[in-house]
Amino acid sequence: MREFSYARARDVDAAVSLVADNPGARYLGGGTNLVDLMKLGIERPELLVDVTGLPLDEVVDDGGRLRIGALVRNSDLAAHPLVRERYPVLSQAVLNGASGQLRNVATTGGNLVQRTRCGYFTDPTMPCNKRMPGSGCPAIEGEHHNLAILGASDHCVATHPSDLAVALSALDARVGVQDLAGPHELPLEDLYRPVGDRPDLELTVRDGALLTGVSLPPLPAGTRTGYRKVRERASYAFAIGAVAAVLVVADGMVSDVRIALGAVASHPWRARIAERELRGGPATAEAFEAAAVAELDAARPLRDNAYKVPLTRDLVVAVLTELAR
Amino acid sequence: MTRTWQAAPSVGHPLTRVEGLDKVTGRARYAADIALPGLVYGWVVPATIPRGRVIGIDVAATLAMPGVLAVLHPHNAPRLADIGEGTLALFQNDRVAHRGAPVALVIADTPERAREAAERTAVDYLPEPHDADFRPDHPGLYTPDHVNPNNATTTDKGDVDAAIAGAAVVVDREYRTPAQHNNAMEPHSATAVWADDRVTLYTSTQYAYTVAQSLTRLFGLAPGTMRVVSEHIGGGFGNKGAPARPDAALAVMAATLVGRPVRVTLTRPQLYPLTGYRTPTAQRVRLGADEDGRLVALEHRAASQTSRLVEFTEQTAIYSRAMYAADNLRTSHRVVALDVPTPRWMRAPGEAPGSFGLESAMDELAEACGVDPVELRLRNDTQAEPASGLPFSSRRLAECLREGARRFGWAGRDPRPAGRRDGRWWRGTGMAGAHYPARTAPTTAHVTALRSGDYVVRVAATDLGTGARTALTQLAADALEVPVTTVRVLIGDSDFGPAHGAGGSMGTASWGWPVVTACHDLAHRLASGEPLPPEGLTSTFDSTDAVGARRDLSRYAFGAHFAEVAVDVSTGEVRVPRLTGVYAVGRVVNPLTARSQLLGGMTMGLSCALLEESMMDARFGGFVNHNLADYHVATNADVGELDVAFVDDPDDELNPSGVKGLGEIGIVGVPAAIANAVWHATGVRQRELPIGPARAITSGQ
Repeated sequence: MREFSYARARDVDAAVSLVADNPGARYLGGGTNLVDLMKLGIERPELLVDVTGLPLDEVVDDGGRLRIGALVRNSDLAAHPLVRERYPVLSQAVLNGASGQLRNVATTGGNLVQRTRCGYFTDPTMPCNKRMPGSGCPAIEGEHHNLAILGASDHCVATHPSDLAVALSALDARVGVQDLAGPHELPLEDLYRPVGDRPDLELTVRDGALLTGVSLPPLPAGTRTGYRKVRERASYAFAIGAVAAVLVVADGMVSDVRIALGAVASHPWRARIAERELRGGPATAEAFEAAAVAELDAARPLRDNAYKVPLTRDLVVAVLTELAR
Repeated sequence: MTRTWQAAPSVGHPLTRVEGLDKVTGRARYAADIALPGLVYGWVVPATIPRGRVIGIDVAATLAMPGVLAVLHPHNAPRLADIGEGTLALFQNDRVAHRGAPVALVIADTPERAREAAERTAVDYLPEPHDADFRPDHPGLYTPDHVNPNNATTTDKGDVDAAIAGAAVVVDREYRTPAQHNNAMEPHSATAVWADDRVTLYTSTQYAYTVAQSLTRLFGLAPGTMRVVSEHIGGGFGNKGAPARPDAALAVMAATLVGRPVRVTLTRPQLYPLTGYRTPTAQRVRLGADEDGRLVALEHRAASQTSRLVEFTEQTAIYSRAMYAADNLRTSHRVVALDVPTPRWMRAPGEAPGSFGLESAMDELAEACGVDPVELRLRNDTQAEPASGLPFSSRRLAECLREGARRFGWAGRDPRPAGRRDGRWWRGTGMAGAHYPARTAPTTAHVTALRSGDYVVRVAATDLGTGARTALTQLAADALEVPVTTVRVLIGDSDFGPAHGAGGSMGTASWGWPVVTACHDLAHRLASGEPLPPEGLTSTFDSTDAVGARRDLSRYAFGAHFAEVAVDVSTGEVRVPRLTGVYAVGRVVNPLTARSQLLGGMTMGLSCALLEESMMDARFGGFVNHNLADYHVATNADVGELDVAFVDDPDDELNPSGVKGLGEIGIVGVPAAIANAVWHATGVRQRELPIGPARAITSGQ
C-alpha cells in the first residue's frame, strides 16, 4: 500500500478545492470500496480527503422531493421512515446489498461511484482496460459468468455492483454534484458514461467533483414499488440479476411504469424500451414478458452469462406481476 | 498428598470449550498476534506468469524503497535440502512452477512498506508455453503409483465389465466437482525467531510436530533446533496440514538472513495459489444391479490434477471401496500435472468429491429400479469391506439410515420428481449415505501430577477451533478420576514430542490413546504411594507399539444425510430449509463440540453443493475469484434447520477412547443428498457442482 496523506475537510468548498484538478486526491467516505482498492494497489492516492464530517448526512422532505445527503449511511437510509413509507423499493434494495457491517459504514454517494468487482479489474497482475487502458479485457474470453449482457463493448464487459443505484434509477433520482464551478444537478442516468472504448472513464462529471446528494420526485398515490435480487448465495453477494420497478395500474391498465435492471451493465440499466411497451397497455403477465423480451433484444451475452437473459426476463415478469396483483 | 476421586465421568457431557473465555476476550494469541521485540515483516513477490524462468529481479530498486531491509531471492537464499517437497524448495532456482509462486520475499519494517515494496518489485520473466486447463480427457492423464495419503491407485475385484454387460439395470454417468479452497477464517501466518541457537516458529498449523521435523530437514538443522508453536488456530480444514506451507519456510529463511524475528502473513488472495485447494475432479461411475437394486458391479474412475511441483493425487474413488456391497468392484485414479498451484487436503479429501459421484449414481439407480433410495442402500449394506474383504470393526450404516429416515420424516415420500409446486418453489427431498475412515496414528503424551493437586497434560496436538483441547481435558480427567477443573491440557508445541496432527479426523483418537494411557499409569503410581517430587510426577506414553499391534480390521465411521430443498421456478435459486445428519462415530466425548463439528461439516457440504467454486482462468494459470466476496462460502442466511443425531456405536477395536473421529464425515454425501433433492424437486439431474442458479436455470430450460 502506497503511503498517503490524510486531511479532513472543513466544508464542501474546502473539500472540492483539495481534490478538484488533483489526480492524486480522492474523497474518503465510508471507504468500504476505496480502502479495499488501496490495499490491492488498484487505487494509489497521494491524498485522502475525509468528507465524513461534512453536513451531508440528512434525509429531508423538500416540498415533496426527498433529499438524501451523500453521506447518509446505507443502514440509516434503509431505516429512514420517509424512505420506508414513500420509497420501499429503495429500502429493499439497500437491505439486499452487502452486509450489516458494511451498510453501517458505506455512504449513499460512495455507493453510486463504487467500482466494478470484475476479478480482472481487482487483480493488478492481470490486464484490464478499465484499470490500465489499452491492456485488453481478459474477461470477454475468460471468467465472465456475472458480467454484462447489455451496453458492453469489445473493451469492457464489467458490471456496476450497486443495488441502491438500481432502485434510484427506477425512482428517477437526480444527483447533486459540486465542482470548482459550483453546485449543479443531473439525472442519475446521466452520471454514467457509456462504456465505448474508454472503460476507464466511468463518470460524466469532472474529475474531483464531489457528490453531495440525491433527490427523488414524489410518487403518485397508488404507486407500487418493489425490488428483487437474485444472487448465488442467500446473503452478502452481488446480484446476478436484479429488478427495481415502479408501477401504477388503473383499471387493469398500466398508467405508469419504471423499470431498472441490475447486474446486466456498467451502470443501472433503465429499461426504457420495456417501459414504452407497457405504458397504456394491459397489466398482464403476457404483456410484462413481451416487454422484457423487447428490452433484452439488445442483449449480447458472452459464453458463460447467457443465463442472465432468461433470468432477467423472468425477474421482470415476476416483479411486475407481484406489483400488479 | 490427598487426592479427590470423582465418581462422575466428564466424557459424554457437553463441557464448553476450556479456552472459550480466552478466545472471546481476545486473550488467546493466534500466530500473527504474537508480539516480539524487533519484529519485521516479509512479503511475497508472486510470479505473474504460469510457467517459465525469472531472468532478472531489480533488487537494488527494491532495497532503496522506504523501510526495506532485505530481499530474499534465488541468489542469496540459503541452499535447502531436497526433502521431496517441491512447494518448499523456495528460491532454489529460477524456475516458475505456477502463477503466484514466490519469486522473492521483501523484508521491511512494517507490513505496509513490505507490501508496497513487494508489489513494486520489478521482475523480468522468460515465459514458456503452459497448460493449466484440467479436462477429463486430458492426454497427460496418467496412473500414479499411489493415491493420497498412501492408498492403492487401483482395486479390481471380480469382472466388472462382464457383470455390467449382464446386469438388469445399468447406470453409467459422469460427475464433476470444481476446485475449491478451504478458506479458513484465519489466514496463514508464520513468525520465526532465533534465540539461544534455536529457532522458534509461531505459526498456524495443524501439524506442529511434523512441521518442525520437516523444516529441520529442509534447513539442515541439528535435531532439536526447531520448535513450532501453534497454540490457537482459526480453522484449517486441511489447508494448514502437512507439509509446512511456504509461509513457514519463508519466515525461517528470512529470520536467518536478517538476524531478526520475521513474520510472513499471507493475504486472502495469496492463499489461493500458495496454501492448497481441493483439486477439480471428473468421475465416471458405472453401476450394474439386478431388478431389485442389488449391486452386481460397481466401477468408480476418477481424474484429478496436480502441479509440476508435487504429485498429489486426490483419493476420490476410494469412497466406493468401503461403502456398498458389490461382488465385482473396480476403482481407479488418474492424475495430470499442470502448470497450476499445488492442490492439497481439504475436508474429507477423497470422500467428499467421491461420495458426490457414488451417492448421486445410487440415487439414479434407485430411480431406474423404482426402489426407495434408503431401501436401496439398506439392500446393499455389508459387514465386510467390499474391496478388501476385511470385516468392519463396527458398521452401523443401516442404523444411521433408519434413524435418519425417521427423524427426517422420509416415510411415505412420493418418489416421482417435479410433483411438488408450492407458490414460486419446487420442493423435493433427497438423501445419501456417508463414511469416513476411523484411523489412529502413533503419538506421545505426558501427564504430570503437581503438588497443588492439579494435573498438566502435554501433547503436540492441535485445536483448530474444534474443541480438541476440551475433549482431551475430559478424557484425561476421567482417566485420572479427577474433576476437569484440575486438568490443564497444553498442546500445539512440537517440543512435547511426536504426535499426529489434526487431520484425517484422527486427532482425538490418536492423541487420546497416549493421554488416557499415561493418565491411567500416573493414577496407578499415585495410588500405589509413589512419592510426588517438587517438580511433579510425570508419566509418558508412546502409542506406537500399541497402535501397531491392533487387529487387521476395516475401521470406519458411518452416517446418513437427508436434505429438503426448494428451487425457485423462475430464477433457479436453491434453498435448503432442512438437513438431517445421523452418525455412528464410536464414542462421543463431548456432545456439544461434536455436534458443532458436524453442523460445520454439514454446512460446508451445503456450501460445496450450492456455492463453492474456485474459478481458474487457464490462460493465466490463476484463480480469478481469490477473495471471500467472489468465492462464496455459505452464510447464515443459506443455512436452514440443521438436525444432528448419533446412533450408539460401541466399538472395542479402535483405541482406548473408543472414538472414531468426526471432523470430516459431516461433509461427506451432503452435496449428493442436496443434488438428489434438487432432482426430486425439478426432475433435472445435477451432475456437476456447484448447483448455482445459473446451472439450475440453464439445465431446466
